[in-house]
Amino acid sequence: MEFEVIFRPENLSLFWEGMLNSLALLVASLVVGGVLALPLAVARVSDNLLISRPVWLFTYVLRGTPLLIQVYLIYYGLGQMEYIQARWDDSWLWKWFKEPFFCAALAFSLNTCAYTVELLAGAIRDTAHGEIEAAQACGLSRWATMRRIVLPSAMRRSLPGYSNEVIMMLHSTSLASAVPALLDITGAARSIYSDFYLPFEAFITAGAIYAVMTLALVALFRLAERRWLAHLQARTH
Amino acid sequence: MIKKSLLLGAVALAMSVSVSAKEWKEVRVAIDATYKPFTFKTPEGKPTGFDVDIAQALCDEIKAKCVFVEQVWDGMIPGLTAKKYDAIISSMSITEERKRQVDFTGRYYKTPSKIVIKSDIKSDGSPASLKGKKIGVLKGSTQEKYAMGELKGAGVTVVPYEAQDQVYLDMKAGRLDGTVADIIEVQGGFLDTPDGKAYGFVGQPLLMPKYFGDGVGVAVRKADKDLKEVMDKAIKTIRGNGSWQKISDKYFPGVDIWGQ
Amino acid sequence: MNAYLLNILQGSVLVVQVALGSLAVAVVLGLAGAMAKLSAHKPAVWLATVYSTLIRGIPDLVLMLLIFYGGQIGLNAVLEAVGYTDYLEIDPFLAGVLTIGFIYGAYMTETFRGAILAIPKGQMEAGRAYGMSALQVFMRITLPQMVRLALPGFTNNWLVLMKATALVSLLGLQDMTFLAKQAGAAARGEIANAPLLFFAFTGFIYLMFTTVSLVALRQLEKKYSMGVRRGSF
Repeated sequence: MEFEVIFRPENLSLFWEGMLNSLALLVASLVVGGVLALPLAVARVSDNLLISRPVWLFTYVLRGTPLLIQVYLIYYGLGQMEYIQARWDDSWLWKWFKEPFFCAALAFSLNTCAYTVELLAGAIRDTAHGEIEAAQACGLSRWATMRRIVLPSAMRRSLPGYSNEVIMMLHSTSLASAVPALLDITGAARSIYSDFYLPFEAFITAGAIYAVMTLALVALFRLAERRWLAHLQARTH
Repeated sequence: MIKKSLLLGAVALAMSVSVSAKEWKEVRVAIDATYKPFTFKTPEGKPTGFDVDIAQALCDEIKAKCVFVEQVWDGMIPGLTAKKYDAIISSMSITEERKRQVDFTGRYYKTPSKIVIKSDIKSDGSPASLKGKKIGVLKGSTQEKYAMGELKGAGVTVVPYEAQDQVYLDMKAGRLDGTVADIIEVQGGFLDTPDGKAYGFVGQPLLMPKYFGDGVGVAVRKADKDLKEVMDKAIKTIRGNGSWQKISDKYFPGVDIWGQ
Repeated sequence: MNAYLLNILQGSVLVVQVALGSLAVAVVLGLAGAMAKLSAHKPAVWLATVYSTLIRGIPDLVLMLLIFYGGQIGLNAVLEAVGYTDYLEIDPFLAGVLTIGFIYGAYMTETFRGAILAIPKGQMEAGRAYGMSALQVFMRITLPQMVRLALPGFTNNWLVLMKATALVSLLGLQDMTFLAKQAGAAARGEIANAPLLFFAFTGFIYLMFTTVSLVALRQLEKKYSMGVRRGSF
């Protein structure tokens, strides 16, 4: 094993650049996907089929197809449409599709949004019946109930499931290496592999980086749970 | 009990082993089928192209069966050393760097590369005139080595892709300003197509042996000296008896791709 | 155009084969892992924990690249050291199946372990008290209930596994995704919006697989839940 090759400055900086890109993708996708998920989750549990059905379709398609296909559809599929190509040098809207980072981030955002919507919707549905009754008895409107009682509670209860989703997203960012010109951790490892023919060293390093990041995220979520799910923690005495 | 499972294990191993034919009854040939018109696939998925036809002709000469194995370009040499196939006949240039890992036969064609960019960009082909432009190249190719070596330093953004036809897709999409590619390949695979209308060659034909080596040959493992010998002889034979010319005329009528 | 689509459809057969093969490997590894984690032997528990934690902490793609590219080289080195000169090839299909099976075996371990833990311990005790051997207890009491309890997690793992098969295209295996990508690039002149069309087609086929799986597994869940009392809402 020639791990010294990995520790050469130019290779280390390659991994560093990859790590920054992976983190940027992760944060961007989680923020956009998370923010979008809140209103969509409320729509998902609505009794009105005209509102809930489209959201159901959205989550069904996005959770039922591989993320890789979604990335390819946006980068290669949309990127090759004449309609968009004709406009993307001029229009601000389509200009973004030219950038590989944007295409990857968009695909990841939509994907995490779909999973988060289902997670949140499930938590909303599981809200204790008594709490909602009490809110109605106090005279809170449907909207106020949702905003002040149901959603905060549902978000807290989704925390363990959401931690899984965040870790899944971190792993999914490795697919960014499928888009040309986007260098993430996996892309850096593949580059080193094809330059030096050292598969073990390159991919073990990449795996180690991801494992460390995963552990960091797990620790972060454990702290979050201790704060926001204090009422559900196991009794220690 | 243990002896029995060892025996069963050995039998299973033996059954899944294909005997490496030292008499070379079958040659597994690696191709990257994204390099029209040298190596590509029909819509039904059958490999075809100049490289494929040459490979078939060579196999016929040495009385072996050609089995084509598809491989992504930058995994070509690792795959050969890992014994996933026995030969690479896919427009692989003979360079000093590659000769350290594998052996090559003599060449079976030689064509230069050139820079291709959008016609509305004024350039004389010098690295400085392309500063700030985005050039796409095939990962692991001699063109990539050239671009990284000469263009990157002059301020050109070089983007490696895993297949040359993905480069053309992004050129068509406007994500790239141009590419560095084999003259014949980019002509047949891009410039002659409707997508290539707004593009053209700039600068001189690129032949620096430092990057581009000396022609295109058949790559084999260093240990397979016998395969290299029979392939070399076969190349000479088909050059002599006109089959090489026939295949060349089929894809490139009137063009000399044997080179100097 | 139809020739391209037909070609991609043939790739879907490969996807099903890889998915089912990987599932078999994953279930076997999952059962073994769950038993190991729940056993009394400390080394077994430790090994199973390392297995499931490590695998779930590293992206599928990285593991696949490591096992696929590193595995063949490692195997060749081992064989050469032993003096075996002929080659033993790890067929790309086999590499894909083993890798995905290995990865999802870790997830199945957690699913099966959770399911076994959820069975009231008293039932296993009663079985032993009646004189049943450990194997009989497992086959007649634990296993049937484990199947029912593991079904939701199993369904989830199966759906994720099936979508993970798309990653084998990045190893060069000619599944649907690989063929769609190649066809999209090759047909760029002849067919307008070729990449979009071919990827959408591939996505649609995956959606079909997902739907069929969900329907089938829901039926299975109903069958195994016969006689189980559920609270009413």
